[in-house]
Amino acid sequence: MLRVERLVTQYGPVRAVDEVSLEVPAGSVVAVLGANGAGKTSLLRTISGLVRPAGGRVVFDEQEITRLPVEDIVRRGLSHVPEGRGVIVELTVAENLRLGGLWRGREAAPVEEMYELFPRLRERRGQPASRLSGGERQMLSIARALMGRPRALLLDEPSLGLAPRVVAQIMGMVRRLADTLGLAVLLVEQNARSALSIADRGLVLNLGRVVADRDASTLAADEHLRHAYLGF
Amino acid sequence: MTKFLDFTLNGISTGAVYAAVALALVLIWRATRVVNFAQGAMLMITTFIASAVITKTGSYAVGFVVALLAGLLFGAVVERVLIRPVEGAPPLNAVIVTLGLYTLLLAVAGMIWGTTPRAFPAAFSLRGYRVGGTTLLFGPNDTFIVAVVVGVAILLALLFRGTALGLQMRAAAFNPEVARLLGTRVGRMFTLGWALAAAAGSLAGVLVAPSVFLGPNNFDPILISGFVAAVLGGLDSPPGAVVGGIVLGLALSYVSGYEGSALAPLAALVILLLVLMVRPGGLFSAAKGREV
Repeated sequence: MLRVERLVTQYGPVRAVDEVSLEVPAGSVVAVLGANGAGKTSLLRTISGLVRPAGGRVVFDEQEITRLPVEDIVRRGLSHVPEGRGVIVELTVAENLRLGGLWRGREAAPVEEMYELFPRLRERRGQPASRLSGGERQMLSIARALMGRPRALLLDEPSLGLAPRVVAQIMGMVRRLADTLGLAVLLVEQNARSALSIADRGLVLNLGRVVADRDASTLAADEHLRHAYLGF
Repeated sequence: MTKFLDFTLNGISTGAVYAAVALALVLIWRATRVVNFAQGAMLMITTFIASAVITKTGSYAVGFVVALLAGLLFGAVVERVLIRPVEGAPPLNAVIVTLGLYTLLLAVAGMIWGTTPRAFPAAFSLRGYRVGGTTLLFGPNDTFIVAVVVGVAILLALLFRGTALGLQMRAAAFNPEVARLLGTRVGRMFTLGWALAAAAGSLAGVLVAPSVFLGPNNFDPILISGFVAAVLGGLDSPPGAVVGGIVLGLALSYVSGYEGSALAPLAALVILLLVLMVRPGGLFSAAKGREV
């Protein structure tokens, strides 16, 4: 459903994303792994349109979205949950959720549905988002993205700063979403172990280039690769 | 005692005008993080336009409405054409652009309408209400001024808090990148913010013109007061702008009344200094503690 072909992102003389190609079928989770500075966040920001690519293509649902504005890419059903969660702290939980579905109009998910999926959010619906813990903010940003009923989700380091138990909850939820809603999920993570535990496929980036691209269990079993790039 | 009442009522009326200017400045600051130094000149132009329309049609109401519409249009055009190109650039660029616009508008107004101040009609009678045996320093026109400004402030509050559009405008102001990722057309929200702000400024122009007269430089003092009111209330807070305006209006009215009107501009600047030294975020600034 989501296909990236030889994508290049350049910041001045630096190639942050260097001819990266990947494919994410519907209903699957593809993990993008690697150390800090490997280009993972730049990759997502280029796919979602925040950054203009210097080369290559992004194809979503057989349609090229490569140089479209961010707002138009979102309207095609591709939703990016940014690094740091991107919760708007000046707004309440309910307002953040409502905002996520506005572009969709009547077809947006009802807020109740999100409260069913994430009961903690219902408890805190009227509170400013600044009061949420890290794990709750992660739930909020995912729920907010789901309000627009996307068909693909780009998740940037959802486990960042979260306790291991919360990470496991979030990862479990992501897997369930891919399975039950048929979402195509591109999951960028530094926590390679937890990402691979729910992914179908894994890519390893180093200095902007893909150095490994294979199914998740094979990747997790490759000790040499794990030690060299993934830290375990 | 009646003197105190007079100064209080007068302060509320002038304060309402400052509040309108402050609202304009705050709306633009919140939406695009730009201080619109051309605000006074923009409202001067729309007030001149209103004056021309009133003269042509003989109707104050039509002139009033035209001033607001002209403000909406003016604000939208300025944002789209002049401010959009410098939105992502260092803040100094936007400062220079708005100062340049101010100079340009001043010159254009002088060329078209000349520099001699002219009269501008008031909506209602300027004579004060008679209570008992005395005439108050507050009349039907002042009631109109306060009612309109408070009404506009309430409408804006309803827009921002209660509508989907208002939510998108707030999101675009607080976090434009995340708003874009949620499908909000952030550029349009900025344009709309400027349009509404300019309309608020136009409102202030029409309301204050009867007392300050209409001329290219005649609105500079209320821009300064509006700016002080905005800082006093907190640049990020529309309700703060209104409260700041009223508080400043009262303060200056008391100073003028008891000490002499020459001291009023000085008092405004002293208040500005005090706010910046003691509580720079303004009266309504939220203490931003870091929440985890």
